[in-house]
Amino acid sequence: MSKSRRLLVLAVAVLLLGGLAAALVLRAAGRDDKPSAGGPTVAAGTVTLDRPGSLAFLNGGQGPHRGALASVPADAPESGRTASELNCQRFHAAAGTGVCLRSTPGALAQDNKALIVDSELRTLRSFPLAGTPSRARVSPSGRFAAWTVFVSGESYGAAFFSTRTAIVDTRTWKLEANLEEFAIDMDGRDHRAQDVNFWGVTFSKDDDTFYATVSTGGETHLVKGSISGRSVKTLAENVECPSLSPDETRIAYKKRVRAGASLWREHVMDLGTLRDHALAEKRSVDDQAAWLDDRTLAYGLPTDGAADSTDLWTVPADGSGTPRLLAPGASSPARLG
Amino acid sequence: MYLADRSAPAPGGAKTAADRGPVRAPAVASTVLALGTVSMITDISSEMVTAVLPLYLIAGLGLSPLGFGALDGVYNGVSALVQLTGGHLADRVRNHKLIAGIGYGLSALCKPLLLFAHSLGPISVILTLERTGKGLRTAPRDALISLSTPPELQGRAFGVHRAMDTTGALLGPLAAFLILSLTVDGYDAVFGVSACVAVLGVVVLMLFVPSGADTRPGPSGGAGAAAGTAGSAAVPGADRPAPVRLRDALGLLRLPRLRNLAVCAVLLGLTTVSDAFVYLLLQRRTGIGDQWFPLLPLGTAAVFLLLAVPAGALADRIGRRTVFLTGHALLLTGYGLLLWAPAWPALPFLVLALHGMFYAATDGVLPAAVAATVPGELRATGMALVGTGQALARFGCSLAFGAAWTLWGTGPALAAAAAGLLCCAAVAGFVLRPSAPRDTRPDPNPKPDPKPGPHPDPKPDPKSVRPPR
Repeated sequence: MSKSRRLLVLAVAVLLLGGLAAALVLRAAGRDDKPSAGGPTVAAGTVTLDRPGSLAFLNGGQGPHRGALASVPADAPESGRTASELNCQRFHAAAGTGVCLRSTPGALAQDNKALIVDSELRTLRSFPLAGTPSRARVSPSGRFAAWTVFVSGESYGAAFFSTRTAIVDTRTWKLEANLEEFAIDMDGRDHRAQDVNFWGVTFSKDDDTFYATVSTGGETHLVKGSISGRSVKTLAENVECPSLSPDETRIAYKKRVRAGASLWREHVMDLGTLRDHALAEKRSVDDQAAWLDDRTLAYGLPTDGAADSTDLWTVPADGSGTPRLLAPGASSPARLG
Repeated sequence: MYLADRSAPAPGGAKTAADRGPVRAPAVASTVLALGTVSMITDISSEMVTAVLPLYLIAGLGLSPLGFGALDGVYNGVSALVQLTGGHLADRVRNHKLIAGIGYGLSALCKPLLLFAHSLGPISVILTLERTGKGLRTAPRDALISLSTPPELQGRAFGVHRAMDTTGALLGPLAAFLILSLTVDGYDAVFGVSACVAVLGVVVLMLFVPSGADTRPGPSGGAGAAAGTAGSAAVPGADRPAPVRLRDALGLLRLPRLRNLAVCAVLLGLTTVSDAFVYLLLQRRTGIGDQWFPLLPLGTAAVFLLLAVPAGALADRIGRRTVFLTGHALLLTGYGLLLWAPAWPALPFLVLALHGMFYAATDGVLPAAVAATVPGELRATGMALVGTGQALARFGCSLAFGAAWTLWGTGPALAAAAAGLLCCAAVAGFVLRPSAPRDTRPDPNPKPDPKPGPHPDPKPDPKSVRPPR
């Protein structure tokens, strides 16, 4: 092929591919205005975090309020959603305090922040994050907030993953920026490994006790910790993303089905006996479940047929029943009030 | 030549590198520029995906840290082993462009597929295929670069290629974030545009890169370069040399110079702490604010980008061994600063600069050195052997460093890595010493001659080299 011929082919390819790329971007940009047919109805409004009997989540339905914190009456989750102006990738709230993990595209890299908001969703404090938002929790009293981010070197090919989990006291604004500095008591012995990763904090009502996942040496452990004591103690193995029940007798968590396989089943463990049972949900759940009440759990699962969206499902906590769709196109559920 | 062919005394004792004076630099071969463009475009494409993938997987699909950690492991190993296959295939079918093209094409196909994967299993499969594509193309691409460049300009050619490649890596995230800010949850747009960009890379490859088909001896390295040798004299008559067999590829390891290079690449790879650890250590050491953490890799890349070409050209002039070992000395200095320097405000900048200089002085210089030891018809295989060895060694280092970090803590682990690096660099300095070729001259073919083709020549004379295609 002569040089001019090749340049011509190149020009045509650039035009075709450039046109296709532009069309893809324009389509994604125009998505803002068009709610998908048959999707949940969403209207802008006021969302407050201390209104009893409502359920908050991040709206994932296509349309103008995608990514916004929305609320519905807890007893009628299918009714129209009220969307706030607060956009987050992860959210949790309790007793009028909310934590919103937000990631926005920056000039050179993602700009990741944790926002602590009051019941009117006004930002009280914002903390820069070292990585991609992963888990968020507020203590039942609203005093403490915790978050986990995934830290990575932004590059293919590192045999390596690292998380960072922080807890902040919203009364004193004292920040524990990295729980890895807490003392770890593993089976009665002081554990000083440096490959420790913490994630998925869940708080007790006493404003000191928390539970979390600790991974070290290729195993995941359930730990019970004390914020004031800056220490944790291992309780059980193969426990990820714990969630403490409102009556504080049980935790729901992800149990790895088989070592090496990335498949999890949602289980509930009795903290008194450390005995556990699987829930009726047979699909692999990869979320930190939330208790809607002492009998019901809610969690996100990828939406069928849409890659970047999840639906919220519920299932009874005692292992009975069947999973039920709670809200399509939604994530990060939190029972308010 | 080892890493320092030009400073090695010529076997005939006729001339030394110094006598020849500095090489006048012609422009880089058009094939190198074309391949550099292909790599730049492809890197824009793949780094677009890399930049948004964590957020897409963790925030969009809800993957937990352990799930993401499992995926992170997928990236490893795959491309290292495939690289060997790609290198050998390219030599076997005598069409480097074809194998590289398949590799680039496979990676391009994977990008839009990401949109249809909703869970860890399918995503792992797609990412594995994407890495397979990368593994396939690496060795034939480097072979093409070296086959289109005269021996005395290899370092510069690889420097130009690596600089263009890194430019793409820096532009990719910018493009991805631009698209995300223009759209609403535009991950699909990012993946789609990334696929378009990747296809453009394949188009440029097909249009502007010659195939590297090896019916003639390549212009560089050992092969036909030394026009006067008996080996190359036999070639013009042969219409097509005997096909490259697996045995020939394994026989490469019996070439002492290549074996030495491979051993050094492995030894140094075993003591090169992976980037992510370096950035984490740097943050722990200096207390850089969390918001700056994602920018640390950009610092390394920027320095690499600025210095890749000068470092490659310098390697051509003063010897690749010197530059390669200096690169590791700079890395060692970086480790030392991380370990013992007081908390100067300039410390992060210094460490990142040293880290980038290390890459500039080694990343392109190593394949340039390999090119000079491997005959043209086995060039891709040779590149792959050293590349795979290095990649597996670095992977091993990650595991070992993780274990040391666990057992001893960060400081001692890094000190151990630094001590190891010092020892390995000393061994490499000895093994690659320029005087070595003298006594190895008679042996370049320790095995029975597999074919009438050209033999590797330990001391190609640059003056007899044909101009690049």
